[in-house]
Amino acid sequence: MNLPEYSRKMRQVEVLGINLLRLITLLTAVPVIGIIVFILIRGLPAISWEFLTQMPRDGMRAGGILPAIIGTVYLTLGTAIFSVPLGVAAGIYLAEYASDNATTRLIRIAIINLAGIPSVVYGLFGLGLFVLFLRLGTSILAASLTLSIMTLPVIISTTEEALRSVPNAFRVVSTSLGGTRWQTTWRITLPQAMPGVITGIILGLERAAGETAPILFTGAAFFLPRLPASPMDATMALPYHIFVISTSVPGMPLQIQYGTVLVLLVFVLGMNLLATLIRNRARARRQW
Amino acid sequence: MKAQRAALNERIINSLIKLAGYSSIVFVGLILIFLVREGLPALNDVSLKDLFGSRWYPIEGYFGILPLISGSLLVTVGAILIAIPLGIGTAVFLSEFSPSWLRNLLKPIIEVLAGLPSVVLGFLGIQIVAPFFRRFLDLPTGLTAFTGAVLLALISLPTIVSIAEDALNTVPPAYRQGALALGATNWQTAWGVTVPAARSGLLTALMLGIGRSIGETMAVMMVTGNAPVLPSGLNALFLPARTMTATIASEMGEVATGSPHYHVLFFIGIILFLISLVVNLTASSLSLRSRKRAERLLS
Amino acid sequence: MQSKISVQNLSLTYSDGVESLHGINVEVISNAVNVFFGPAGGGKSSLLRAFNRLNDLADVRHLSGEIWFNGKNILEPDTDVIELRRKIGMVFSRPVPLPLTLWENVAYGLLLMGEKRKNRLDEAVEKALRLAALWDEVKDRLNDPASAISGGQQQRLCLARVLALEPEVILLDEPTSALDPVSTAKIEYSLLELKEQYTIVLVPHNVQQAARVADYAAFFLQGRLVEYGIGKQLFVSPKVKETEDYVTGRFG
Repeated sequence: MNLPEYSRKMRQVEVLGINLLRLITLLTAVPVIGIIVFILIRGLPAISWEFLTQMPRDGMRAGGILPAIIGTVYLTLGTAIFSVPLGVAAGIYLAEYASDNATTRLIRIAIINLAGIPSVVYGLFGLGLFVLFLRLGTSILAASLTLSIMTLPVIISTTEEALRSVPNAFRVVSTSLGGTRWQTTWRITLPQAMPGVITGIILGLERAAGETAPILFTGAAFFLPRLPASPMDATMALPYHIFVISTSVPGMPLQIQYGTVLVLLVFVLGMNLLATLIRNRARARRQW
Repeated sequence: MKAQRAALNERIINSLIKLAGYSSIVFVGLILIFLVREGLPALNDVSLKDLFGSRWYPIEGYFGILPLISGSLLVTVGAILIAIPLGIGTAVFLSEFSPSWLRNLLKPIIEVLAGLPSVVLGFLGIQIVAPFFRRFLDLPTGLTAFTGAVLLALISLPTIVSIAEDALNTVPPAYRQGALALGATNWQTAWGVTVPAARSGLLTALMLGIGRSIGETMAVMMVTGNAPVLPSGLNALFLPARTMTATIASEMGEVATGSPHYHVLFFIGIILFLISLVVNLTASSLSLRSRKRAERLLS
Repeated sequence: MQSKISVQNLSLTYSDGVESLHGINVEVISNAVNVFFGPAGGGKSSLLRAFNRLNDLADVRHLSGEIWFNGKNILEPDTDVIELRRKIGMVFSRPVPLPLTLWENVAYGLLLMGEKRKNRLDEAVEKALRLAALWDEVKDRLNDPASAISGGQQQRLCLARVLALEPEVILLDEPTSALDPVSTAKIEYSLLELKEQYTIVLVPHNVQQAARVADYAAFFLQGRLVEYGIGKQLFVSPKVKETEDYVTGRFG
């Protein structure tokens, strides 16, 4: 085989190969769009003011999904209360305070592990520690605490990353003007990193809002005839509700199922979109 | 006076931040302690031989977790076999061949996939994927290990794609330029130079993909048919199965606290914890090694 | 002539091994422009950063010797570094306006001290900006982001930021290296005025600048102090061969 023929052959392989990769990429991306469009089409007819604002009726086969929506909002806020201050502070510690020593490496290993622990194991842990040992019972509080710990690694990592992207010159200058570590963080680096931090918080909470396994035995209720009145009450939640109506309620109208899925999807993807918008806006505005 | 109070505030804040920094270690420790506290008594209730037996039928006191472990393995292996070509292929395309406008379009789409709650995918699995495979493959039920594997592949794809793409992007441009200067085509450069140079990053992606698959709960529980039987051959892929995670999720709600069944479910939790520990430590040491190598090469 | 800072047998090595200092003995003279010059990597910046303990931020492997300032060895661990940095201010080679408004930049050091009275702060800001010859150019837009002004103005802002704290010593590490000749001249002129009230330590960005402004000069080469003396004499008739070679442009 002479050289021009060889190189023509290589060119053919390349063209073929790239088209194959195009196909593969398409196979990865198309289902995502498909899923969203499909749920939108099937779910939209179910959405009405009543659906969003009323209690379920007839064994959840009619009426609205208000308690599940409210429950997910409560759980998300409850998670934020614990995980945001703790996660942001831990991110600040890693980015601004910690030196590169054995303890810091241990912290990083711990964070990596927290991020990898299966969600259902968080559920077991929450049951063992919060529900039983601390006697919080199956409650919004116990579920929120469980979700908080699960959310921590995301918030810590994104906070650290956002702080590290702030130019070091700012820290040096602030220190040279008599700034302490905390003053420098509070007045300069944290405000500069804020868009990244907020993005991380939203992404973490987005995950918490969509999770089912960690709340199964820590705070989720199959059905409640009224809205939760205190953090010590159990609650319905959108993800668990989807699980319940799609597996455990015979004769469940499909429309309600798709409608509920659509509401959760809007909730979760809305947060995702918000995070993306904040990130892009901050990038465009950044002066350094 | 004012300076003193400011210094005191500063000291308090600094200690709080340090405490928060250490909290991750505390939580990992707490998780391990409570899993062990509730799970280890299983060894008193059930003999080791029975625990690793092949029959899971808690009502009659059979707590053999082998069917559950093999169920998890079966579904995970299936998922990875599907996700590797798709994930690595997509990553290579995005980082080596895609025009930038397409990359900017596709990456957010794949991120959206990462954000989809697994219960939503499980729901679609029940509604669409399972009936499709039942008809398409002419099976008695569509709720099989295979359906679970397909969903798991979808769930682990974003992890694999984004980490693999990062790994490919950190390969120094000089490598590619060198290969291209020697007359290699883009295709040869990608597979002959870039991909091998990024191999530890790609392995990391793979490990984390496996981690996500083994730990995934809801989607798998909803579509695998929940039959805790020991697989007996390749066709087991097209039969119902039951993973460790699904077992915990579906049975913990009904057990009496402190019963053997309860302890065994926590014991399964310990196994899952250890698996995720090994997977994640391996992945992070792999990525650390690749970073060190890159630093050495670039310095 | 009175010594403001006295360096005794100072040695310093960084972990990354980029720059180091070996047995430095030098005096910083009060109310004068003290110039530390020499080729890059000679240790001038490291010495400057030791004066206000900014090297605490870096990874220092070895540090020995003494730096005496106001009757205290500031390298002692019990030194109040915050107080020290307020007394010994620093201007860096690139203008780094903090991502705040012009006003906030100048008031920054005072705000950190806990000064909250608006009128005090306003007074201090105006005074500092006037000293740095920037007041007339920016007085109408003090609430604009500091990044909006030109590079030369930014560097004078950085000088004003230091002056607002009314320090005793001002360290300038190649403050004009990123500036055009006009801005450079403005900064140099400010220095000559400022030395009436302040002690100035300047790492110049070339020999010409060193010769123009130096009252006292110290020549550093590879971490050692080669020659030290009165500026005029040192540039006209250096005693050491290396200094002469460098000053006359034979290497550098």
